[in-house]
Amino acid sequence: MAAFQPHADLPPPSTTTGAIAWVRQNLFDSPLNGALTLLALYLLYLTVPPLVDWALIKADWSGSRSEDCSKAGACWVFIGVRLNQFFYGFYPEAEQWRVNLTIALLVAFILPLFIKRFALKQWLGAVMLAVYPVVAFHLLVGGSFGLEHVETSKWGGLFLTLVIAVVGMVAALPLGILLALGRRAENMPVLKALCVAFIELWRGVPLITVLFMSSVMLPFFLPEGMSFDKLLRALIGVALFESAYMAEVVRGGLQGIPKGQYEAADALGFGYWKSTILIVLPQALKLVIPGIVNTFIALFKDTSLVLIIGLFDLLGSIQSANSDTNWLGFSIEGYVFAACVYWVFCFGMSRYSQWLEAKLHTGHKR
Amino acid sequence: MAQLPDTAGLPAKPAFWNDPRIRAIVFQVLVTAGVIAVGVYLVRNLLHNLEVRGISTGFGFLSNRAGFAVNQSLVAFDESSSYGRTFVVGLLNTILVSALGIVLATVLGFVIGVARLSRNWLVSTLAAAYIETFRNIPLLLQILFWYFAVFLNLPSPSEALSVGDTVFLTLRGLYLPRPVPEAGFAWTMFALAAAVAGVILLVRWSRRRQERTGEIFPAFLVSAALVIALPLSVFLATGSPLGWVVPQLEGFNFTGGLSVIPELGALLMALSIYTAAFIAETVRAGILSVSHGQTEAASALGLRRSWTLRLVIIPQAMRVTIPPLTSQYLNLTKNSSLATAIGYPDLVSLFAGTTLNQTGQAVEVMAMTMAVYLTISLVISLFMNWYNARMALVER
Repeated sequence: MAAFQPHADLPPPSTTTGAIAWVRQNLFDSPLNGALTLLALYLLYLTVPPLVDWALIKADWSGSRSEDCSKAGACWVFIGVRLNQFFYGFYPEAEQWRVNLTIALLVAFILPLFIKRFALKQWLGAVMLAVYPVVAFHLLVGGSFGLEHVETSKWGGLFLTLVIAVVGMVAALPLGILLALGRRAENMPVLKALCVAFIELWRGVPLITVLFMSSVMLPFFLPEGMSFDKLLRALIGVALFESAYMAEVVRGGLQGIPKGQYEAADALGFGYWKSTILIVLPQALKLVIPGIVNTFIALFKDTSLVLIIGLFDLLGSIQSANSDTNWLGFSIEGYVFAACVYWVFCFGMSRYSQWLEAKLHTGHKR
Repeated sequence: MAQLPDTAGLPAKPAFWNDPRIRAIVFQVLVTAGVIAVGVYLVRNLLHNLEVRGISTGFGFLSNRAGFAVNQSLVAFDESSSYGRTFVVGLLNTILVSALGIVLATVLGFVIGVARLSRNWLVSTLAAAYIETFRNIPLLLQILFWYFAVFLNLPSPSEALSVGDTVFLTLRGLYLPRPVPEAGFAWTMFALAAAVAGVILLVRWSRRRQERTGEIFPAFLVSAALVIALPLSVFLATGSPLGWVVPQLEGFNFTGGLSVIPELGALLMALSIYTAAFIAETVRAGILSVSHGQTEAASALGLRRSWTLRLVIIPQAMRVTIPPLTSQYLNLTKNSSLATAIGYPDLVSLFAGTTLNQTGQAVEVMAMTMAVYLTISLVISLFMNWYNARMALVER
């Protein structure tokens, strides 16, 4: 007698798995959704093909003069010719290795901090905070160790954007932490009031008025004959402005620490600074990493405002290239290029913060 | 057993330099003294510098003749107007662009925020792409793009893009027909005011009735019908007393009709598109913050889907959404100061720019400008605190 031979399993009906089912479930599961899908497809049809056509297919890539561009599509020649200026501003070409070296050093210092198993992170961080700014300053400004002096008025392009952003971040975070601690100091009402006034004052006004202040007003407040570098004034303005926003983010973190942590630190006999640095801040900062990164992103975008007070950051150098009479009519290409650069930096930071958030999220997820 | 150290000889209180209260007082005195010292130093420098440069202090300059023209003003302004008037013009222009921007950004942001949560994969992906694109590009770049790359590349007035020969779009701006009220139009306005008053009473009555009896009155539909139908019927009954002045091409430019300068257009586009991306995220976070159990409980009670949304989800989502939404509005208002990059005559561009340069009264002008923004943000944060207190969950 033949053993029972089961039939081979039938494949699931084609309407429940695979591409067709996915389309039915996600795009056409109701008449309204079907209509929306068609509308979205029509919008894509209207925008994407002309865009690809303009940016890639009909674009001109090679050449060195504006006559090399056919005007049928994007003229990337314009970007290619100006690329050096967009990156370095008017930094002398023979000295640009110094900028590259500074950036390479920064990357070399920061990368190990992201490696999980690297044990000496704190030491490296401390060395970086103490040594790197000095090295970077001497490399970029020059005038010592046989390096030629480069005026900050020649700095520009993406390099200047990065300088403002990095200095702003490095200065704003500690300042913001101090302001937040001051705002939470219930036993010192005067200090608290000063911190609140400082934070609310900066947060209440637009950055552009702060930059106006630093460029128009600051000379009035200094002794006669004393003057600051224009870039330094902008840096101070940006750092103070962002520190107020940072303070509010850190305050959120401080409020998220349960009272028991403070009491436990007190019970262990820790003083104010010990309990703050060893117990409270590590937890509070971890809580608000997304907020801190968001402030960094806002700062990075805000650096573009320095063009209004006459510094040639990435956007500023694009804007000045657009008004070059040999290259009139290519402003769209310039803006698109700048938008892509800014976008890559900001999107990268926001993705990193989302990844961190997910990594640090220890609660329950639905 | 270990011997405890003998504490009998030690003082019961710590030394005074270890007492936290005394430390706090000393520290605060030092900080205050430092702040005052720096303040006095700066003010002395300021007064000295002003004296050296021969700049008189005070607000007397506000009544001097300005002597320049402004390309957009909501109040009458010409070259004989005073500097004080430029402050009013700038402030009104800031308020105009902020108000229009807030309306546009809210509409766009809500649509995109809801689209982001759609079950339709394509729609939600497109919404996500919109958010991620416009949120990560600096606003100033977007403003410059709209102004220099879009609005200034529009055709000249003689080759204007037109819609039915009534609306014209040129590089000098957007020209719209201007409504001119004729005799009897006031009745329509009265009818509109009456309808609005009626709606307020109706909403109050329906809410009270709902609280008393639990019955829902379709207040929204009825009020919408009232607001539209009553003025419209009066308008038609009085014989449509409204004329239109259509812009005409005369010489090199259009005259007549309403005109929107390209600076305003570019600023408005950039501000609303940029802020809408943030508002969309706020809306999404608000809707997601209402736990799924609420939806399940509502359907367990037999509520219809549309009612679940209106009576359960939206009221709770609003509590989470309103505070960040207000701060987005505040951001938009502050960001409108970027107008100075393209020369839209707002408060910063006109008053803290042109007026400051012409008069040299930097301290007074900057103080007035900053005071305006500070007042706006303080008023908004007071409103927010009031709203938070009103909407906070009352736990029993």
